[in-house]
Amino acid sequence: MFEFHRNEQLLFSTVWLLFVVLTVVIAIGPALTSQSTNEPLPTSEPMTDLERKGLKVYVNEGCVYCHTQQVRPVKPDENLGRPSAPGDFARVERPGIWRQTPAILGSERTGPDLTNVGKRQPSGQWHLMHLYNPRAVVSESIMPSFKWLFRVVDRPAEDATVVSMPGGYGPEDGTLVATDRAETLVAYLQSLDQAPLPGQDAAGGGSKKGSTSSPAKEAGGPDGASIYASSCASCHQSNGAGVPGAFPPLKGDPVVTAEDPRRHVEIILEGLSGKKIEGTSYSAAMPGFADQLDDDEIAAVVNHERTSWGNSAPTVEPEDVEAIRKAMKEASDESL
Amino acid sequence: MTQSHRGATQSGRADRRVTASKSSIDEVVDADPRLVRLVFWYAASATFWLVAGTAVGEFLGLTFIWPEIASTSWLSFGRLRPVHTNTVFWGWSSLGALAVAHYVVARTSRTELFSYRLGWVALGAINLSVIAGDVQLIAGINNGGQEYREFIWPVMALFAVGLVACGVNFYRTIADRNTDAIYISNWYILAAVIWTLTLVTVAYLPGYQDGIGQTIIQGYYMHQGVGMWFTPLALGLTYYSLPKLLNKPIYSYSLGVLAFWTQLLFYTMIGSHHFVFAPIPWWIQTVAIIFSIGMIVPVVAGTANFLLTMRGSGTTISHSYALPYLVVGVVFYCVGSLQGSVEALRSANLYWHFTDFTVGHSHITMYGFVAFLIWGGIYGLLPRLSGREPPHALIGAHFWLSLSGLILYGVSMSIGGTIQGSMWIEGVPFIETVQAMTPYWVWRAIGGTAMFLGHLIFAYNLWSIWPAVSESDEEAADV
Ligand code: HEC
Ligand code: HEC
Ligand code: HEM
Ligand code: HEM
Repeated sequence: MFEFHRNEQLLFSTVWLLFVVLTVVIAIGPALTSQSTNEPLPTSEPMTDLERKGLKVYVNEGCVYCHTQQVRPVKPDENLGRPSAPGDFARVERPGIWRQTPAILGSERTGPDLTNVGKRQPSGQWHLMHLYNPRAVVSESIMPSFKWLFRVVDRPAEDATVVSMPGGYGPEDGTLVATDRAETLVAYLQSLDQAPLPGQDAAGGGSKKGSTSSPAKEAGGPDGASIYASSCASCHQSNGAGVPGAFPPLKGDPVVTAEDPRRHVEIILEGLSGKKIEGTSYSAAMPGFADQLDDDEIAAVVNHERTSWGNSAPTVEPEDVEAIRKAMKEASDESL
Repeated sequence: MTQSHRGATQSGRADRRVTASKSSIDEVVDADPRLVRLVFWYAASATFWLVAGTAVGEFLGLTFIWPEIASTSWLSFGRLRPVHTNTVFWGWSSLGALAVAHYVVARTSRTELFSYRLGWVALGAINLSVIAGDVQLIAGINNGGQEYREFIWPVMALFAVGLVACGVNFYRTIADRNTDAIYISNWYILAAVIWTLTLVTVAYLPGYQDGIGQTIIQGYYMHQGVGMWFTPLALGLTYYSLPKLLNKPIYSYSLGVLAFWTQLLFYTMIGSHHFVFAPIPWWIQTVAIIFSIGMIVPVVAGTANFLLTMRGSGTTISHSYALPYLVVGVVFYCVGSLQGSVEALRSANLYWHFTDFTVGHSHITMYGFVAFLIWGGIYGLLPRLSGREPPHALIGAHFWLSLSGLILYGVSMSIGGTIQGSMWIEGVPFIETVQAMTPYWVWRAIGGTAMFLGHLIFAYNLWSIWPAVSESDEEAADV
């Protein structure tokens, strides 16, 4: 009946037509439907021009090969945020006629997922230092240094963003400043913060790290060491020694070892900047964690800091944190 | 043609037979010198891209151990990774397979290649597209970071020109055949060209690729690239080279036909297994997973057909320098594909997705399966064309370096990837999982070094069987 092996016309046109039909069913059809039915989440904001430029740098420098931006509805991704929805990507579009829609979802996690990195790591200074040399802030990192996104100048212009690297990591002489490309990239990274799904409250999605799934949490309170490792160690380092000139040590720090834990808790809740600590001023700022860590978790991390690296100061209970949080909120309400 | 016989005697390599335990070429094929030239230049281009592309791969492997070696823009991981993948895909694997394919299509149709000019056009267009694409990527221009689609469309259009030229050439050659039936190799080879042309077009057309539409097309494209291009090409070559070298017919023609149709029906549907648990429609993922399991049918049918053809020919295989490559290729086709079927299951994907396990799978398949079958074809068939005997000891050296390197690469990535995945499920801080991978990355670099050395030897071996240049050759090339 079918003379496929004798009739080349029949054989190859069948082969082609079947492939086209299957392609329409499995790829073009669903893609078309997705593109036309997906709306951006009403809670999300359009990308700014700066962020769009940053995304371009992100694609051109190949960040996508090591970083994903998709949270799956499964256990290993629990701490990354809420599961990604199609609407999360509806604002990602073809940038022009020469290029195609960026594939930000990624396919490999040589580095961590970045879906919520803007929330997790809001500090622009940290990102700049990390991009110039990741090992300056995360000594075990294998991420490449993106040195060509920076310039060394003798005297920085007024509006230049100066990056101060810790000893040994900066240029030998001159001042390090960020180029436009670095600034747009950081603006893009800072914008990576999942919009809540409609009907879900902002904190509900949770970008808390290292806590929810740890065995300790299931057994009892959250594990302070693990919260420290994922929320604080990128700046203060896992041995509590900080990074000279950039992030203060917490080992032997006066606030961390003080009898009264109030200030310690306050700084974690609201962040800190511009304070001289033991004679050194720090150019970077400490972000606040009030929205990201709950009272149990803050108590756990405070206690971890107060009892590690030779520190031994009185510990706190979640109730103390709750009281301090409340007092701070009242104070700020009053000042309004 | 006398010219090729002259090559055999001129080379003066006949005396090697005394010392080598492997048997030598048993026939010198009477092929048109224009075909010989064309095939050898495809092979030479492919080999150039193999050496260049895996030098880059080797360098990338080292950056996992010493990240600071790559702090210049054009040496940076993010720019060189797509250079590696695209060079070994479009430069090495495509041209290597097409080298042998041009010969197989003409030979099995018992006729002349329809047009040598089209053959050269395709070679030129593909080489140009890889050069332009690599320059573009190194300069920091990326189409969008979608794997294997990183060349911008004008560059990929050149590649498509090459495909069109091959498609026309193969089709007309097959149509002019002096045999009654279309040999099964040609089903696979020409179908691969037709499918890939379609798939590249679909992948580059705008209009349905914004937002998550892009991801659906990417899944389709990424797997059809390996599944409807390299896989059928490599299988098509093997349906010719294996029976040819064993000097007996293929075990079952109908098993080959069954594998062909199931390949078309099942493989086309499985692309979305690259995005299991991603926010693309759940039904596409489920279809992809079901057909990924279904792929066991063509894979087992193909493998069985090859293995049953080999049965009883143990002595021939151990005395041949080319057949061991085919054995390895067939075994890795089976192992790698079955590994893929397991990876697609949601329960296993949970452990392995996003980890280096996938990188292991890519190399087990693209290297263990595709590259080994190309080498088998080149070592098995090209010496018959030039009449020059290659150095047996060096073919053995290439074989063992590549095989042992690949095993180190595959095993280290599989174990490392499993550990990585389990640590993520436990929820340990991310950086600890990076540290845990270091020893496996070291093993990968060691394996990669062996593979790379093997490729240098392969380049030398190809040079040693290069056809002797004669005046008639030169004239022929001008035609
Ligand atoms: C070779 C793979 C690789 C490439 C390429 C890469 N990264 Fe990373 N990245 C990592 C690894 C590994 C880590 C974890 C260690 C660390 O924090 O440095 C990381 C961490 C990060 C973090 C911190 C995430 C967190 O949760 O703390 C950010 C932000 C980041 N990378 C951004 C980028 C950007 C932007 C680019 C492109 C310009 C990029 N990365 C390219 C491997 C990579
Ligand atoms: C982006 C980097 C960064 C991260 C992440 C970070 N810090 Fe800080 N932290 C700083 C900087 C910078 C300062 C000093 C600010 C200043 O001097 O104005 C600081 C100061 C502090 C201080 C006050 C020290 C003093 O003597 O006043 C405490 C306590 C502290 N951090 C605890 C934490 C804890 C706990 C976490 C994790 C939940 C954390 N930090 C995460 C950067 C960071
Ligand atoms: C037929 C059976 C096969 C199945 C079911 C299969 C399945 C898979 C799956 C599920 C993945 C994604 C893994 C993940 O990201 O979690 C994958 C990746 C991959 N497979 Fe296969 N595979 C098969 C055969 C092959 C063959 C024959 C080749 C090569 C010719 C191949 C090449 C690749 C490559 C290169 C990737 C990596 C893609 C990327 O992320 O860049 N596979 N495969
Ligand atoms: C013909 C030979 C080769 C082919 C076809 C090939 C193919 C590939 C493919 C498809 C990928 C993407 C993997 C994925 O996303 O899952 C890849 C990545 C890579 N390959 Fe190769 N490769 C070859 C040889 C080599 C060699 C010899 C090395 C040396 C070590 C090497 C090192 C790498 C590295 C380091 C990566 C990046 C992995 C990552 O992103 O984590 N490759 N290669």
